[in-house]
Amino acid sequence: MIRFKLNGKRRSYDGPLFKRLLDVLREDLGLTGTKEGCSEGECGACTVLLDGEPVNSCLVPVGQVHGRSVETIEAMGTPAKPHPLQKAFLLRGGTQCGICTPGMLLCAWSYIRKGGRKDPEAIREYLAGNLCRCTGYQHIVDVILGFCKR
Amino acid sequence: MPVVGKSVARLDGLAKVTGTAKYVDDLRLPGCLFGVTLRSSIAYGSIKGIAFDAAFPWKECVVVTAKDVPGQNRVQLLEDDQPLLAETRVMHPMEPIALIAHPDRATAYEALRHVRVDYEELDPVLSIEDSLAKKRLLRGEDNVFRSFLLEKGDIRAGFASAAHIVEGEYRVPHQEHAYIETNGVAAWVEKDGTVIITGSMQCPYYVLKALKPILGLPAEKIRVIQAVTGGAFGGKEEFPNMICGHAALLALKAKQPVKIIYDRAEDMACSTKRHPAVVRHKTGVDSKGRLLAQEIDVLMDGGAYVTVSPVVLSRGLLHSTGTYECPHVRARARVVATNTPPNGAFRGFGAPQTLFAVELHMEKIAKTLGIPSLELRRRNILKIGSVMATGQRLKESVGASDALETTVRRSGYLRKRAAHDRWNKDPRKPCWRGIGLALVHHGAGFTGSGEVNIASKAAVSRARDGKIWVKVSNTEMGQGASTTLAQIAADTLGVPLARVNVVTPDTHRVPDTGPTVASRTCQIAGGLVRKAALRLKEKPEETECVVQYEAPGAIHWDDKLYRGEAYGAYGFACAVVDLEVDKLTCEVKVRKVTTCHEVGKAIHPLIVEGQIMGGVLQGLGYALIEDAVFRKGVMQNAQFTNYTIPTAVDAPEIEVKILEHPYSHGPFGAKGFGELPTDVPAPAVAAALLHATGKLFCELPILPERIAKALA
Repeated sequence: MIRFKLNGKRRSYDGPLFKRLLDVLREDLGLTGTKEGCSEGECGACTVLLDGEPVNSCLVPVGQVHGRSVETIEAMGTPAKPHPLQKAFLLRGGTQCGICTPGMLLCAWSYIRKGGRKDPEAIREYLAGNLCRCTGYQHIVDVILGFCKR
Repeated sequence: MPVVGKSVARLDGLAKVTGTAKYVDDLRLPGCLFGVTLRSSIAYGSIKGIAFDAAFPWKECVVVTAKDVPGQNRVQLLEDDQPLLAETRVMHPMEPIALIAHPDRATAYEALRHVRVDYEELDPVLSIEDSLAKKRLLRGEDNVFRSFLLEKGDIRAGFASAAHIVEGEYRVPHQEHAYIETNGVAAWVEKDGTVIITGSMQCPYYVLKALKPILGLPAEKIRVIQAVTGGAFGGKEEFPNMICGHAALLALKAKQPVKIIYDRAEDMACSTKRHPAVVRHKTGVDSKGRLLAQEIDVLMDGGAYVTVSPVVLSRGLLHSTGTYECPHVRARARVVATNTPPNGAFRGFGAPQTLFAVELHMEKIAKTLGIPSLELRRRNILKIGSVMATGQRLKESVGASDALETTVRRSGYLRKRAAHDRWNKDPRKPCWRGIGLALVHHGAGFTGSGEVNIASKAAVSRARDGKIWVKVSNTEMGQGASTTLAQIAADTLGVPLARVNVVTPDTHRVPDTGPTVASRTCQIAGGLVRKAALRLKEKPEETECVVQYEAPGAIHWDDKLYRGEAYGAYGFACAVVDLEVDKLTCEVKVRKVTTCHEVGKAIHPLIVEGQIMGGVLQGLGYALIEDAVFRKGVMQNAQFTNYTIPTAVDAPEIEVKILEHPYSHGPFGAKGFGELPTDVPAPAVAAALLHATGKLFCELPILPERIAKALA
């Protein structure tokens, strides 16, 4: 049995420890906001935050999250009360087909929370593990710039 | 308050940013089995037998082979040459042979390892050249799926009067769509026997049409519903017909819901790609660079089955003369069969291939004549009154010159060109710099009589609570269709956007508005929505108005002679690419792309801009990094690790300017433009590389190793 924090709440899990965190979230816990795009850590669609850092949940055996904090898109906001960053993605071209969006948003959120620089190059570098085939990234980068303090 | 021309919040956006949008893999279906596909491991040959390992617990599985198809074992599209499941013959690697479903996904995949297919292998045909040489006959008498000829004027007279004749050959490879959501579908059977299909798709009515003969059921007994679709780009135009058929067969046999969700490797290796092509040009020009004769030969690799290849070829051919007027044209196009996975629709649909060729050929002509390619383009550019190769006279909404001149001005093209020339003279600089441009057009809607033939329908209805429902079969796949169509309906009816809803495409709930392809949704479906809304406005007593497509004015097209109005309207785009090439590694860094797109009218400017930026980046990937490696017909790099698509770091700053030359038959003046952005980057990249290195790179992708070899 492992224990971890999921979206601020305590959780325990007693299934196979090598099950992918992605599958535990989607199948065992019903949190389908985390998406699967490539199953090999290349596309970033399955990004979640582990102790605040973006990780590919398709590469994380659930055993590794014992004693740690996991955040998924469901932690960020809801349709009734979206997070300002979610709202900005919606209003300023940050989402098109939407399949990369949860992972992209979580990555962006961690950049902002860490106090990332107001620098397009640094933002692009930080997002380089999250593929988007629709937007050309520019609207996404522009939205994030607006949330950076320095 | 009017909303057309305003960048309102996307209708589909809130669910997507909160992770609550339900893609097919997010649907929870009680008792659902997971379906997998047994595929051929050889390129060409016959199936001698299929053996199931007796030690495996097959009782837990549902297995389907060609024998289980209740109706016709054919995927109906333009032709019905493609089996849903191979019977005795295999035509390409990864061809589906059998289907297996199991409650546990891992066990379903494990089951695949316990089936052995015995083949009698034949030597496959793997290239356009081998196919044309009839190394083996795969199709008809010459391996040619389809050919077209386009003629204008007298090509011989054109060449006879030419001061210069310039020839060139251009090659483009496969391109993978790389939608981030792989192909996926779920199917189940209702108590009354209705088969329900839901999944990631562009064209629910294509799926319905394909499933009727496969299942031997009428339309009332098959219901196709689009799930939220995570990107498509043409890759989910016709391909879902097959996977939907597979899921339906498994669900019927299992009497339980079945999901088939491809993993990335399977999706990349088995699904359609952009057609590889070889395009040859021979062009006669006068001493001032005016085009006199264009002789063009277009060859495309169709893969093993017809799919939509003839239509791709046709569009490729119709765009092969470029955004220019030439009095004498003879253009021939052929698409041939090979033992490789079938190629299909991909944003641009044949045009990126032929536009790359003609634009690079313009660079070659300019180089031969010693005049700037910008001048060469100006002297031949399409304008109102120009007559295209089909004889079509352009009457309105021609933004080619505006796109060219505005892009040149905004990008500082001439100034930067001179600055780069100075930079490149300094041998101490670590890189060469180059700036290049390309100009393209793209016909919106189906070719020729296509729109008249499919006779699309759309409906707008008014509910008792005052809500407006837009009913079309055109799907939202990220391109912003639902928001755009709602804006058109809202302003036409004069109601707030909040009152307008767009019904999820569902063959039991919406009429057939035709497929979501060919840059036709805004212009054609949007035009129908506007028409239906206008009727509804005129008739307050009615609750619903259904309208059908009628050709605007006197559009004439002769499908046999390929003469007439090929498209009702064209979008125009110009792009300037500014890049540098590392002298040591030959890596290319695109510094900036400046582009103007003339779209008639931007219903939602932010969505238009997003389409342009995304399309441009796909085009840059096509030009520089996307390299699908095929060996013996098998994609060797079917994964994002080594089939790389541009990341946020690879993507340059893209400066977009939208130009509007309204089209009188488009809703609020709008023209289709969704494919236009993917047409323009590759030739602009090649032109910039010509400027940077002095070399003309006539084959994509222009990888560092290709540059290094050329410069060695």
